[in-house]
Amino acid sequence: MSAVDTAPPRPAVTATRRRRAALMGRAPQDTPAGIGTYLLLATTMLFAAFPLYWMFVIATSTDEALAQIPPAVIPGDRFLVNLDEVFTLQDVYFAASLVNSVIVSTVVTVSMLFFCSLAGFAFAKLRFAGSRWLMLFVVLTLTVPNQLGVVALYIVMGKLGWNGTLLAVIVPGLVTAFGVFYMRQFILNTVPDELIESARMDGATTMRVYRSVVLPAIRPALAVLGLLTFVATWNDFQWPLITLGGTDFPTSMVAISDLASGNYVIYRRVLAGAFVATIPLLVMLFIGGRQIVRGIMEGAVKS
Amino acid sequence: MSTTRAAPATSTRADGRHGHGTDPDHHHRRLGWRDRLYRFDTRYMPYLLIAPFFLIFLVFGLFPLVFNGVIALRTYRLDDPTAAGWAGLDNFRQLFGDEDFWNALYNTFGIFLLSSVPQLLLALIVASLLNRRLRAQTWWRVGVLLPYVTPIVASTMVFSVFFSRDFGMANWVLGLFGVGGDEPINWRADKLHAWIAIATMVNWKWIGYNALLYLAAMQSIPRDVYEAAAVDGAGPWRQLWRITVPMIQPVIVFTVILSTIGGFQLFVEPMLFDLNAQAATGGPNGEWQTIAQLIYKVGWKDLNLGYAAAMSWALFLIILVVAGINTLLTNRLSGGRSR
Repeated sequence: MSAVDTAPPRPAVTATRRRRAALMGRAPQDTPAGIGTYLLLATTMLFAAFPLYWMFVIATSTDEALAQIPPAVIPGDRFLVNLDEVFTLQDVYFAASLVNSVIVSTVVTVSMLFFCSLAGFAFAKLRFAGSRWLMLFVVLTLTVPNQLGVVALYIVMGKLGWNGTLLAVIVPGLVTAFGVFYMRQFILNTVPDELIESARMDGATTMRVYRSVVLPAIRPALAVLGLLTFVATWNDFQWPLITLGGTDFPTSMVAISDLASGNYVIYRRVLAGAFVATIPLLVMLFIGGRQIVRGIMEGAVKS
Repeated sequence: MSTTRAAPATSTRADGRHGHGTDPDHHHRRLGWRDRLYRFDTRYMPYLLIAPFFLIFLVFGLFPLVFNGVIALRTYRLDDPTAAGWAGLDNFRQLFGDEDFWNALYNTFGIFLLSSVPQLLLALIVASLLNRRLRAQTWWRVGVLLPYVTPIVASTMVFSVFFSRDFGMANWVLGLFGVGGDEPINWRADKLHAWIAIATMVNWKWIGYNALLYLAAMQSIPRDVYEAAAVDGAGPWRQLWRITVPMIQPVIVFTVILSTIGGFQLFVEPMLFDLNAQAATGGPNGEWQTIAQLIYKVGWKDLNLGYAAAMSWALFLIILVVAGINTLLTNRLSGGRSR
């Protein structure tokens, strides 16, 4: 608001100047991008994509490719050879780790969608005593960095006997404050009260309203939350390393760090593994990119 | 729609209420059952729906956080369970004299400065590039998210090769520009170079994400503000700094808080920058060991969980203080000019 004060239209401006200014003063998002903008954006893309490309280059090369000046920038033909080495390495369990990552990410994502949308629905549309306080509680928990309780979480998991099992990485992520908050906002803004009331008048139970009124209306939000959750769960490293490190049940991220441990690290192997573990996410970005972009941008406006 | 499908159920109940049924006794029983169901549904169902979140959060979120405080006051060693007992403030006292801790705090702070400031400035510029009428607009936006979806573990391994001393891409590129001289830079030999390498990874990862946050805010700025600025003769660059930035200030503050919280918990990049990815030493002399990394080392390499818990609490307090200071600073810097 205060910006308006700095640049008030002066009373003395003529009509023509005002008209010209209206053209000049188009908001940036209405101004067509010039060639310079495209060039700068293309450069940005190059920087964003190059490490991924180079990961592939090394993943397909021999050891010699890493020991030459200038560095190799053309992919080799040894991807399958390198990959085969990764999959057959003892003590790394790379194939199993990919399966584990798929299991963990899928279960967490499905559960997040179900429980967060239920809770979000309750907070957005149902009347119950204490709902305001409980929602405030949810919002407050958003601000707590979860890494800080990691030592105690390890001890809790130890008491449950879950350390070193997939349960330890799945259960804490089943439903999160962010998901509940996100679904609540979306349901609040998109599901009309009248629709719910008329379903109620028809005698629909709460679950029935959820299934036949809320669920169809929140599909876009489910897509966004699902994609963000899957990416975050797949990429998680610290907690999986703590609880699964050194066991036969690593996630793919932990397995990659296993590849990169020891006295002599063979990078073409590490990056072949890393590249395989990155592919699912690149596919997701390719298919669901629009949704991911929207999810991030919507989150920004609401915060 | 499904609402119509539910209709028959209502009519039976409505009928029942009005006593049109032929068998009043049977009716009565059914009504009672329905009423009870209805009461349960409206009174208790909402709590049932939110229960999973609170259950999970209390057990795996809040309780560990509080319990962490208890452990911090105890001797808790994974290798020696018999040594368990109250330690009072010993763990915290040890913290103040622990050179490793102060070194890790110094590193964390240094890397944070080198990553957050360029990250947010570049994100602003990328956002203003995206904030034009673009062809294939969605694809540009998706493109800047490539680093965001890439696993940090994977990208860090790439950068780890990128910043190797011999035959590294970074040294080669710098050499092209005549930087570095005869001796190739050893990125893992001193603090500043290691910090720069790690900060580069963090910047690469988060610039696009922050740019989208800024872009969203930029697009919600009322259009007439720019009109007024053009009357005043402000060019695009001045518009960016004198209109756009102050108007998206809340989001800037938000990203500063986010990057503070994230930056002070930095773990993956320093871990995997080590030539031995699970050593958690952060370089031969802890050149780039961060606090989160030190907590991991103390807890799961030295097996001293009590001390690691105390360190976590210290980190929590540090994050609170730094986030507070950064919020104040950002408020001043990004909004101050127009006032």
